[in-house]
Amino acid sequence: MRFTFAIIGTVALAGVTTAASARDYLSIAGSSTVLPFATIVAEQLGNNPSFKTPVVESGGSSVGKKGVCEGIGTEFIDIGNASSRMKTGELEYCNGNGVDLTEIKVGYDGIVVANSKEGVPLVISKADLGMALTAEVPACADGSTNADCDSWIPNPFTKWSEINAAYPDIEIRVYGPPTTSGTRASYAEMVNQKGYCGKEAMAKKASAARGDKKGKKCRAMRTDGAYVEAGEQDNLIVQKLQQDPSAYGIFGFSYLDQNSDTLQGAVIDGTNPTFDEIAEGSYSVSRALYFYVKHAHIGVVPGMDEYMAEWVKHWGEDGVLSDAGMIPMPTEERAKYLAAMKDLPKLTADMLK
Amino acid sequence: MTETGMNNIGVDKAGGGMISPQEAAARVGAGLAARRACEKRFRAYGRIAIGIALAFLVTLFVSIFSKGIPGFFQHYVTLDVTLDSARLDPTGDLSVQSLYDGDARGVIRAALYDATGASGRSGRKAAGKIISAGAEQRLRNAVLDNPAILDTTQRMTFAVDDDVDSFLRGFIKRETPEKDRRINDRMIGYIDALQEQGLISFEFSDYLIFGSASRNAEMAGIYGALIGSLLTLAVCLVLSFPIGVATAIYLEEFAPKNRITEIIEININNLAAVPSVVFGILGLAIFIGIFGMPRSIPLIGGVVLALMTLPTIIISSRAAIRAVPPSIRDAALGVGASRVQTMLHHVVPLAMPGMLTGTIIGMAQALGETAPLLMIGMVAFIVDVPGSVTDPGTVLPVQIFMWADFAERMFVLKTSAAIMVLLAFLILMNAAAIFVRKKLERRW
Repeated sequence: MRFTFAIIGTVALAGVTTAASARDYLSIAGSSTVLPFATIVAEQLGNNPSFKTPVVESGGSSVGKKGVCEGIGTEFIDIGNASSRMKTGELEYCNGNGVDLTEIKVGYDGIVVANSKEGVPLVISKADLGMALTAEVPACADGSTNADCDSWIPNPFTKWSEINAAYPDIEIRVYGPPTTSGTRASYAEMVNQKGYCGKEAMAKKASAARGDKKGKKCRAMRTDGAYVEAGEQDNLIVQKLQQDPSAYGIFGFSYLDQNSDTLQGAVIDGTNPTFDEIAEGSYSVSRALYFYVKHAHIGVVPGMDEYMAEWVKHWGEDGVLSDAGMIPMPTEERAKYLAAMKDLPKLTADMLK
Repeated sequence: MTETGMNNIGVDKAGGGMISPQEAAARVGAGLAARRACEKRFRAYGRIAIGIALAFLVTLFVSIFSKGIPGFFQHYVTLDVTLDSARLDPTGDLSVQSLYDGDARGVIRAALYDATGASGRSGRKAAGKIISAGAEQRLRNAVLDNPAILDTTQRMTFAVDDDVDSFLRGFIKRETPEKDRRINDRMIGYIDALQEQGLISFEFSDYLIFGSASRNAEMAGIYGALIGSLLTLAVCLVLSFPIGVATAIYLEEFAPKNRITEIIEININNLAAVPSVVFGILGLAIFIGIFGMPRSIPLIGGVVLALMTLPTIIISSRAAIRAVPPSIRDAALGVGASRVQTMLHHVVPLAMPGMLTGTIIGMAQALGETAPLLMIGMVAFIVDVPGSVTDPGTVLPVQIFMWADFAERMFVLKTSAAIMVLLAFLILMNAAAIFVRKKLERRW
């Protein structure tokens, strides 16, 4: 009998709470690259006694973009974070659910290739970096002349020096994020696809020959042990590099920034992965960070405007976000997105082209 | 070889007849050395297996404890702060909002500039970086707790920034070129000045225990996650224990033995092997999708974990009921008790230790679980400490997972410290299970 009462009690409790589901805190989800910065802003907003601290969920850019588009109502998230821009297909899903969004860019994040300070510094071109780690290269990439240059072979390079004698004479071993990571996707697109197959003449020609003009097939990373998937945790890669000076690693700039006393970033196309060079845009392996605001929740869930205003307080060169490793936008861009926070222009497919 | 030797004993293979006892003894004697060696080898394999397992355990513990124990401590700086009421409480009503609007930051900075002798814009900026961003909140709380300290000068202790802490621990080295370290020479000068005056201390970290999630590594603590874990487990226990025990009693004592109960039993056993993330998807679809409940709340977390714990409780409860000797039931029925009375007055009390053990083990499993919570939004950065099961909250393993991914170095130490706290809870729960079993169990 006692059990029956307990069961009825808990079911009743569940029923009561379902009725009272109005939310008085912001619910945010998305990219794990944006998360460290979004949480700083959320915490700052929470310091204000008038607002509860927003809840920031992780999950990846796709979770942020899809989650914010799922519908209108407090059971859905208010803001989606993303480290890659919304695609027109994703926006269609939004429109299908009747969700209007405004896109706010908050800053940039650099992707660095780094190794221990005890190791050999890498000074490399983006095309060569792509060639070292992409899964397949054209058959004559290694200098052979008797092969069909438009056919593709598994990446034959085992040492950096085989690509160019100027590079270190050590085995190619690079730790990096797995396929689920946005950092990996951006890196593969910027370095393998655009830097190598989009630039280097032989790879460009061979790509066109296999009906892949955009070079999308080059995004695949090597699976023969030269590229080692080290899990989503960038800290793990950092620890591996500190133990093994002959290895290199791919991760976000903030981790290099935090460990600048033990790690050095590779110089890519003559530019250093430093705060200033990423901010100027001369260091090219970087991507923009966004969040998407749901119009229908502004004024319904308390703190939406204030959360956006909090970003503005901290996104400058001297702000806490740059201390944490986020690269600020130039002044004009900041002004543009500050205006967007006020006017809330509806995101349309044309804006994404 | 040994086996054939064994089979041959007593039987002459060639002749098929009996052999003499002397010959049998000789044959056994010949095989004896090999059999003993085999036994020895087998024992050695066992010892090697245990040795490997122990080596892994020791490696794990050494790596966690070596980082975790320092994680329980951090550096603090003591300052003489002049608590000017006009600056701290501009409205004068001592409300939370008024203190927030006041200039706590400026008051602390002024004390810091005095102590370090910092002057000039860049000097003050460098000195300001020494102290934690959480100092303001600590000052406000002190004033709220005891408004009498306003307009006096108080000796107050604040945490230092996590980079300064790393420097004081020796992780950031003085020899490293200035541009490569996160602490510049000017800051090192000020830190040295503070150390000479004996104002910097290395103490037990109150933030770790009483602080909630924070992106400032020096302020981050497990309190919010701990409360979240307790709330989630409470919901889980309230749901899974009665339902699990009732199911076990019905299936064991009352259910007719037919095809339907058989299918139910098989499904319960299968449920125990379902990956926990599946329960999270179920929770997402039903509670958030259909009932429209908010994400990230311990109530849903508890329900999802209860689904996961139920099979464990049902299976162990049934085993406990089965272990009660039939004579107890027969005796109760014999003196005229009804079946329900027999159950509730005699069998269940005797089976309770076994049921509780199963429940505690199930709860310990639930405490360490993160996968099902991912789906329902509890893998999140949540600063506010949940006050009820419907406030957003997270749990200890999630907190550990989040900290492990942050770039700031001090989080490595705090992660290990949090793992130690989680381990302590798990050991405590398992010890409780053993205690309950030893104390209450009856043998027949």
